Amino acid sequence: MKKQYFINGNIVDPHNSISENGGLIIGENGSIEAVGKKVNTNNIPSREKPMDLKGKYIFPGIVDMRVFAGEPGYEYKENFRTLSNAALAGGVTSVVTMPNTDPIIDNVSIVDFLKRRGRDKSKINVYPSAALTKNIEGISMTEFGLLQSRGIIGFTDGVKTIQNTRLMSRIMNSAKDLGTLIMQHAEDFDLSKNGMINSGIIATKLGLSGIPAVAERLIIERDLTLLENIKCRYHISQISAAKSVEIIEERKNNVKFTTGVSINNLSLNEIDIGDFKTFLKLSPPLRTEEDRVALVEGLKNETIDVIVSDHKPEDEEQKRLTFAQASTGASGIETLLSLSLELYHNGSVKLETIIKALTSNPAKILKIDKGNLSVGNEADFCIVDIDKPWVVKKDKLVSKSKNTSIEDKKLQGKVTNTFVKGEELFKL
Amino acid sequence: MATKTNKAIKISQKHLLGIQDLSINDVNQILDEAKTFIKLNQSKNKRLNVLNGKTQINLFFEPSTRTQSSFELAGKRLGADVMSMNMANSAIKKGETLIDTAMTLNAMHPDIIVIRHQDSGACNLLSQKVNCAVLNAGDGSREHPTQALLDALTIINRKKKIEGLRVAICGDITHSRVARSNIYLLNMLGAEVNIIAPSNLMPKEIEKFGVNTFSDMKKGLKDCDIVMMLRLQNERMTSSFLSSNREYYEYYGLTPDKLSHAKEDALIMHPGPMNRGIEIDTKLADDINRSVIKEQVELGVAVRMACLKIFCE
Repeated sequence: MKKQYFINGNIVDPHNSISENGGLIIGENGSIEAVGKKVNTNNIPSREKPMDLKGKYIFPGIVDMRVFAGEPGYEYKENFRTLSNAALAGGVTSVVTMPNTDPIIDNVSIVDFLKRRGRDKSKINVYPSAALTKNIEGISMTEFGLLQSRGIIGFTDGVKTIQNTRLMSRIMNSAKDLGTLIMQHAEDFDLSKNGMINSGIIATKLGLSGIPAVAERLIIERDLTLLENIKCRYHISQISAAKSVEIIEERKNNVKFTTGVSINNLSLNEIDIGDFKTFLKLSPPLRTEEDRVALVEGLKNETIDVIVSDHKPEDEEQKRLTFAQASTGASGIETLLSLSLELYHNGSVKLETIIKALTSNPAKILKIDKGNLSVGNEADFCIVDIDKPWVVKKDKLVSKSKNTSIEDKKLQGKVTNTFVKGEELFKL
Repeated sequence: MATKTNKAIKISQKHLLGIQDLSINDVNQILDEAKTFIKLNQSKNKRLNVLNGKTQINLFFEPSTRTQSSFELAGKRLGADVMSMNMANSAIKKGETLIDTAMTLNAMHPDIIVIRHQDSGACNLLSQKVNCAVLNAGDGSREHPTQALLDALTIINRKKKIEGLRVAICGDITHSRVARSNIYLLNMLGAEVNIIAPSNLMPKEIEKFGVNTFSDMKKGLKDCDIVMMLRLQNERMTSSFLSSNREYYEYYGLTPDKLSHAKEDALIMHPGPMNRGIEIDTKLADDINRSVIKEQVELGVAVRMACLKIFCE
């Protein structure tokens, strides 16, 4: 690989507290040799032709902690190749895949297969998570230690929640012993049974059963209470309600844990569901505008650590149904960054905070050396034209599934180039 | 002559999916048209030819006696070719989706499709995929517009007006599409609406619809002109919405004692089918001075004729 020089970019690297105009030098081995304002035309050999970014932004490659890959079992929705192409188009260079595949990722032999497929077919860094319980049935826990030793980064039942409190405390004990990361989808299933959207006036109007915000709160409060006595690495996958933000803010003083939020819940509210738009049937559900504003505020004051895409590819057949029958989830990995930038453009959240929640924070939680532009590290990064306007059109999406939650939305800011290990793998 | 005057105003919607979509002009147009059919339905020759050559398909995914027969009769009396499909035996069972069924039927060029479906919003989905008019005969717990229209017609027939009346709707509101459509329509026509239900059967934030809510039936019935009882959906009992039928009857069943809190000339309504002795005292249900339940069924045909005629045009 030839040495590469970039100058005159706006570099934002929260991990190294860099936010300045400068350049980037990528060595022949694909790692970062130099970064920041010291990289400029004065200290680049005159025979080299640096790429002038003309004020475009350089961000570390995004680390998306919640992605559903179709493999194995749902290759018709998304495979590792299509997933990585979609990710690259959105500046995402590392993903944590959810175990909700067919078969479920819950034993060592499947992990070996997954790692192989991920390595062979994917151009981005794939970090598989495994199920907390066998076949995500919520009954008996999986082999955290063995799975971890084979390369599982964290454990979650993905779309499901551990309902049984005794099992949860045992899971936490094991996680404590083994240094395991637990990622919980917070939802009390008894309270949310048959629920499809936020419980409230919209649900009443549409005649759909609701998922009350208290269903999320109860699991969060239960787990954080357990966590007081069992100190393990615990992450709440996604929150959706104002009340959850409040509780998390309060509890952060006593116990150590981290929290994520889906970009969907930061950008949309229940009114967007309109006339039964099944593409907006999401879990957790979109809630009220008050809830959305509270989540944005939580991100702003860093009560919430991570933004995820909650990328859940679903083929059209699963969405062209009545709301009750339609599958849950939206494709979103390639719009994650652009949609997040909306919060910067409208003045809600500082750019550095947004990028932190997309790069260094998730990397820190996962304990991976990604999401930064540290010298010597593999050069995973993206170049972004932060003001470029564009309109989301599902037919133009790279992902195999077109179930975007923001069809026709006007966005500002687009990834123009994405690099993994110094290699340019996406160019607009 | 009648057709001439009706052509002057046009209905604002292509489909009848819910009361929510209708304007007050639309509602008045349907009710006025329905009034003309009441007499026809009582006469010896009940047949008109206004829908001659038109094809009406009834798609019922949920069992229904009165709504399905009422729509079928309404179409036939207007001269339409009516095909009723019992979807329990259809290709849906073989895994066909609602959209594919819609496309298939659409290829047969119907002029109107009447649909009843267990999922809220099914009629909206159907209406996006077919060229003809879609009439909602009840979708999930969202809307049942013709029921609300026939209830309004029944009230007008007896009380000569709706504006200023106080109407109580009592029972399983959470699961009731009838309640929702009635709330929209009665509000639009200027009635005051009291909703009476145990908290477990009261939908979230229903008061935002502009209604008064009560868990005490006697308080809710106070000075009401109309008492609309809803069917207790017994199938819900399993999820512990209620303790037992007898306790429900004790607190929310319409009895002469509770009815005495309403106005002396208050009318009793019920969309049917009734659970006698659970939500309503059997004698009250049959009291010809108080109960207009049979009249609701009768006027239902007239309302559905009006809807078919208007939306077919």
